Amino acid sequence: MKMSGAEMLLESLKREKVTHIFGYPGGVVLPVFDALYKDPSLQVILTRHEQGAVHAAEGYARSTNTVGVVLVTSGPGATNTLTGIADANMDSIPLVIITGQVPTKMIGNDAFQEADIIGMSRSCTKHNFLVRRISDLPRIIKEAFYIAKSGRPGPVLIDFPKDIIVEKGDFSYPETVSIRSYNPTIQGNRWQIRKAAQTILKSRRPILYAGGGIISSAAHKELLELVTLTGIPTTLTLMGLGAIPGNHPRFLGMLGMHGTYAANMAIHDADVLIAVGVRFDDRVTGKIAEFSPHSKVIHIDIDPTSIRKNFHVEIPIVGDARVILKDLIEELREISAGEDAFRHYQPWIDQIAEWEKEHPLCYTMDKDVIKPQHVIEKIYQFTQGDCIISTDVGQHQMWTAQFFKFIKPNTWLTSGGLGTMGYGFPAAIGAQKAHPGKRVIAITGEGSFLMNIQEMATVVSLDLPVKIVILNNQYLGMVRQWQEFFYGSRYSSSFIGQSPDFVKLAEAFGMVGMRATRPEQVEDIILDGFSRRGPVLMEFQVDPEENVFPMVPAGGSNIEMIFESPGEKDDPKKRDSILTA
Amino acid sequence: MSPENPVSESRKHYIQVIVENRFGVLSRVAGLFSARGFNIDSLSVAPGLDTSVSQMTIETQGDDHVVEQIIKQLNKLIDVIKVINLSEFSFLTRETLLIRVNTNSRPGDREEAFRIAEIFRSRIIDSSPSTYTIEVTGDEDKIEAILNFLKPLGIKEVIRTGKVAIPREDQKQSSRGMTRLAEGDMSFHR
Repeated sequence: MKMSGAEMLLESLKREKVTHIFGYPGGVVLPVFDALYKDPSLQVILTRHEQGAVHAAEGYARSTNTVGVVLVTSGPGATNTLTGIADANMDSIPLVIITGQVPTKMIGNDAFQEADIIGMSRSCTKHNFLVRRISDLPRIIKEAFYIAKSGRPGPVLIDFPKDIIVEKGDFSYPETVSIRSYNPTIQGNRWQIRKAAQTILKSRRPILYAGGGIISSAAHKELLELVTLTGIPTTLTLMGLGAIPGNHPRFLGMLGMHGTYAANMAIHDADVLIAVGVRFDDRVTGKIAEFSPHSKVIHIDIDPTSIRKNFHVEIPIVGDARVILKDLIEELREISAGEDAFRHYQPWIDQIAEWEKEHPLCYTMDKDVIKPQHVIEKIYQFTQGDCIISTDVGQHQMWTAQFFKFIKPNTWLTSGGLGTMGYGFPAAIGAQKAHPGKRVIAITGEGSFLMNIQEMATVVSLDLPVKIVILNNQYLGMVRQWQEFFYGSRYSSSFIGQSPDFVKLAEAFGMVGMRATRPEQVEDIILDGFSRRGPVLMEFQVDPEENVFPMVPAGGSNIEMIFESPGEKDDPKKRDSILTA
Repeated sequence: MSPENPVSESRKHYIQVIVENRFGVLSRVAGLFSARGFNIDSLSVAPGLDTSVSQMTIETQGDDHVVEQIIKQLNKLIDVIKVINLSEFSFLTRETLLIRVNTNSRPGDREEAFRIAEIFRSRIIDSSPSTYTIEVTGDEDKIEAILNFLKPLGIKEVIRTGKVAIPREDQKQSSRGMTRLAEGDMSFHR
């Protein structure tokens, strides 16, 4: 039977077990949307902006560990997806983005709504395809899903010209994929794993530094098993939160620029660094020359380019984190003599406990002003971590990363690498769509929220029970914090106090809006807002000048953490000024 | 890099890249170099014996760390089938130049140009009353030498192909360059 390109696309998506498509219609993709209209087995989530569609697909993908699918039109539809695609590329989120394109014969003629999205997306996708013949379509879709999900995951874009969308052809979907130039390494090198195991066993001050790769490869069980077996203290990157339970006694919290004192000190003093599914990002390492200066580095990653890109590695192991950790655990069991084999870490663990006591994460409550950290703690207490949290980018993101304890993987959605304001709310929509029965909370700031506020119409029209928590401090808080520290408190373009009335705005969109302005209202609003059925917006008017601590100044060494604002240094009532260990 | 891995010297590398002979692949490779701040000194591309692939010879420079990243990043491109750092081998390079040289600036120049072409076993492929166009093929030294000889006559125009390179037959891998990668890191060679 002959099928049109549009029908082939839908049939292929079904073969890939796709059930949800995030998208926005337009001229050249009309035939695809027409085919979707006739085929109710694929659900379209109509966002109100193409960027929202991509972030929603990211939230869907990250919360399910499957591929998120986006469908948009040519030209502006396609270019609007670019920020989302770049975001997914940095954070290794598997997506397949299908963009309409003008008819093949018109490509290059500056046709209406034409954009060279293949050229534009080349540097921010894992791979992209232009469909040039209908007969190539099934193979391209098969390969796109395979490339997006395998190896180091990432976004793959398929540009689909109008004439091929409507052309008819024979459909046969390939069973298998074979790409001669693409064979990601899964199994780790046996000898390297043995060497790693011996190094770990001999070490006295080891530390595990794990990240998003654990989530992508679903290696959380293995990671926990490794920590349970050896007792090695563990720190996670922003992308890795949830990889081991946030309340685990060996978990030191996040490391890096706004990491905990204990995590950064432990990294600095470690003799062996076991890096798994991480890429030594500059927000993690700080001044690279002074990052973990005494350690021998074991680096496990599926992407060979991540190894030795920024930092020296003595024992590189390329492959899938889950498979390698399994082998590593087995190897450690083999060469270690029983339970006592790792007892010699005890002085190190005691030392870390000292650091944890010395500078725990903290903030000072105020009787008149809501502290943003307090709101996060209350949300954690209310949910006990049994929810999916998304954030935007900035102070609220760091406070959530610090004060919320993520118990399970895939329950934390945030924009790490690209730092995309506007990510969080649409990501929550995607996650809610994937997990209808689960509590999904978008924690955001008033600045970030405004960047994709149009998606309020999406949650209302789909009646998605997403809970929106806005920590409104009237500033682009992180920008303001940097200006306070490094630009003499000259708050250039960071004051955004003229925000809309968010409660009225929520009502205008057709959802419930609530506001807390005083600390004693926080609990009530959370209780009330979270027990309602539909979407709810909760605005918390928080301390405008609260800062995120600890903080490592950009380019500074991770042990040069700052614990208070510049103005507070001379205040004798406050303990500890700038600490340089 | 860390103190244990001091920055090595920047030097010239020839990288052979076998890619799918497909639309857009050249721009992926070129785009990678520009996006990551790597240099391309010269680049030549043509279909291979098997016409489903294209062969690229890229002349680049960088220290060991940079070249390691270049090779890994090239390997990461989906359409790249194989990457060989020729600088690990004993290898041959050749480049072809078309040189248009003045022959009438001073008396005797025309004969001089003819003699130089002879000496370098190059060919005069076109002539006008005031110029010769010389085709010359050779390695870097030879090319440099003929350009130096012709310069006094006045070179009007030079068109270069960029270098192509091939490893010598039966050459074992030398101990330089990429071989310092540990075993666990080599598995990316597809």
